[in-house]
Amino acid sequence: MATNYPLAQTTASAALAPQLTAGEEVVKFIRTKPLGAAGALIILLMLFLATFANVLAPYDPYQGDYGVQFARPSAEHWFGTDEFGRDLLSRIMYGARIALFVGFTASFSGCTLGGLLGVISAYWGGRIDLLLERLMDILLAFPQLILALAIASILGPAVQNVVIAISIPIIPRAARVVRATALSVRENVYVEAIQALGASKPRIVLQHIIPNVMAPYLIMLTAQLGGAILAEAALSFLGLGTAEPTPSWGLMLSGSASLYAEKAPWIALFPGVAISLGVFGFNLFGDSLRDALDPKLRKG
Amino acid sequence: MRTYIAKRLLLIIPTLLGAAVLVFLIMRVIPGDVALLIFGGDQAGQIDPQQLAAMRHRLGLDQPLIVQFWSWLWGVLRFDFGTSLWTGRPVVEELLIRLPLSLELTLAATVISVLIAIPFGMLAAVRQDSWVDYVIRVVSIGGLAIPSFWVGILCILFLVIFFGWGPPLEFTPPWVSPWANFQQMVWPIVTVGYRYAAVTTRMTRSTVLEVLREDYIRTAWAKGLAQRAIVIRHALKNSMLPVITLIGTEFAFLIGGLVVTETVFTLNGVGRFVVDAVAHRDYPVVQALVFLIAFCFVIVNLLVDLTYAWFDPRIRYR
Repeated sequence: MATNYPLAQTTASAALAPQLTAGEEVVKFIRTKPLGAAGALIILLMLFLATFANVLAPYDPYQGDYGVQFARPSAEHWFGTDEFGRDLLSRIMYGARIALFVGFTASFSGCTLGGLLGVISAYWGGRIDLLLERLMDILLAFPQLILALAIASILGPAVQNVVIAISIPIIPRAARVVRATALSVRENVYVEAIQALGASKPRIVLQHIIPNVMAPYLIMLTAQLGGAILAEAALSFLGLGTAEPTPSWGLMLSGSASLYAEKAPWIALFPGVAISLGVFGFNLFGDSLRDALDPKLRKG
Repeated sequence: MRTYIAKRLLLIIPTLLGAAVLVFLIMRVIPGDVALLIFGGDQAGQIDPQQLAAMRHRLGLDQPLIVQFWSWLWGVLRFDFGTSLWTGRPVVEELLIRLPLSLELTLAATVISVLIAIPFGMLAAVRQDSWVDYVIRVVSIGGLAIPSFWVGILCILFLVIFFGWGPPLEFTPPWVSPWANFQQMVWPIVTVGYRYAAVTTRMTRSTVLEVLREDYIRTAWAKGLAQRAIVIRHALKNSMLPVITLIGTEFAFLIGGLVVTETVFTLNGVGRFVVDAVAHRDYPVVQALVFLIAFCFVIVNLLVDLTYAWFDPRIRYR
C-alpha cells in the first residue's frame, strides 16, 4: 500500500489543480508572454479601427478636397492630406480593413487548403502522396512574390484576386508543415486501434488526425498573417493589388509617395508606419503563440 | 556524396519541367491580348481584324497550346527564350543588359548582410538580456515587419530632404566608375539587405544560444579556454547549419525584395523587368524570367544542402 501512496497523492493534487477561467488564462498569457500580449493589443487596435472606421474616421477616405492638397499634419488633419486633398488618417483607418481582410482570408484559405492537402498526403500515402509532394515542390520553386505577381496579373487588380494570388503560394508551405505532423500522428497507437475497430478513413481523418494537427496549423496561420499583409502591400505598391481609389496601405505608398517626397513626406511616412506596426503586432503574437502551443520550441 | 549529387540533379528535372508547364499555363490564361496591346489597345474597335490575325500569326499565338509549349521548351533547352513581344529583341539579350545590376545587388546584399548579421547575432547571444541584446533584437524584429519598398522610400526621402539627391537614371557598372556605382547602389543594397540581415541575426542569436548550453561548451570552459576561442571556434561553426539553410529559403525574399527595390529606385534590373513584362503581358519575357528565377532557387537550395557536410562532417549524404 505504501508504494501506492505517492501516486494517490499526485492524483488528488491533480484533481485539486484550479481550472483557470478564460479571464485568468488571459492574465496568465499577459504575465508570461508580455511581447505576445503587446502584439495582441496591436491586433485588437487594428481590428477596432477597421470595424469602426466609418464612425471613427474624421473624413470620407475617398472624398478629395483640392483646397487642402498636401496639408501638413495639423489639428484638422492629424496625418496630413495627400495630393488629392484626401485625409490620410481616414484612409489609413479604412486601409486597416483591406489589410486585415486580405491578411486573414489569404492566410486562412491558403493554410486550410494546404493543411487539408498535407493531411490527405500523409494519411493516404502512396501515389497520392508522391503526386501531391511533387506538385508542392513545383509550387515551392517559385519565390512567393513572383508567383503572386504572376497570378495577380492574370486575375487583374481587385481585392478578392489579391487574396487568391497571396493564398496560393501559402498552400505548399502549410502542406509541408501539416504533412510532417500528420505523418507522426498516423503512427500513433490510437489511430491503429480505431482502424482495427473498423472506422472509415474519412472518420479517422476528421475525428483523430485533424484535431491533432491543429497546433502546427494555427502556428502556420499566425505566421503567415503578417507575411500576407506585407504581400498585399507589395502587390498594391507594384500596381497589381487593389486599385485606386481603394485606401490600401501599399497603394498609398506607390507613385505619389516618392514623387512628392520633398513636398509632403508625411504621405510616405504614415502608411508605412501602419504596415510595419500591423505586421510587427502579428509577428509578436505569432511568435508567442508558437512558444505556447509547441512545447518543443520553449526555450530555457 | 557523388551519388547524392547525381540524384539531386536528376530530381531537379521533374521539378523544373513542372515549373515550366505551370509558368506556361499561368501566362496563357492571362486575360488581355498581346497582339491587341501591341496595336495600343482596341479603342472603339478601330483595329482591322485581319491585321490583328496577322499579328497573332506572326507571334505564333494562333498555334495550339501544346505546339506553343513544345516550341518554347525546345528553345529553353538551347537557351533560346524567344523574342520579347514588346521590344522585339531576344529575351536573352534583354536579360543580359539587366543582369549585372541585379547580380551586384543580390550578391552585395547577401554578403554584406551576412557579414553584419553573424557578429551581431553572436554578440546578442553572448550578452543575452543586456541592453546590447535588446537593441539588436528590436532592430532585427523591425526588419521582418518593415516592407522593403518602404525602407527604399524612406532612404529616398532622407536623401532628397537632406542632400537634394534623386536616384540616377543610368546604371554605372563598378568597372566603369566604382565611386559612382557605390553611390548609386548603396541605398538599394541597404533596402534589399535589411530584412536579410534581420532574419540572419535572429537565427544566429537563437542557434548560438542553444549551442552555448551544450555539454562540450561546458567542457571547453572547464578546460580554461578563453571566451573568444569558445564562441568563435566551438559555438559559431556548430550554429551555422540553420543559418546556411536560411540563405536558401531567404533567397525567395531576396528576389521579392529585388522586384520592389528596383521599382522604388527606378533601377533597370531583372526585378523591374519582371514587373514591366507582367504589365505588358510580354509572355516570352515573363515565362523566361519566372522560369529562370525558379531554376536559380532550386540550384541555390541544392548548393545550400551540399554545404551542410562542410560545416558538419557528421552529415553523410545518401
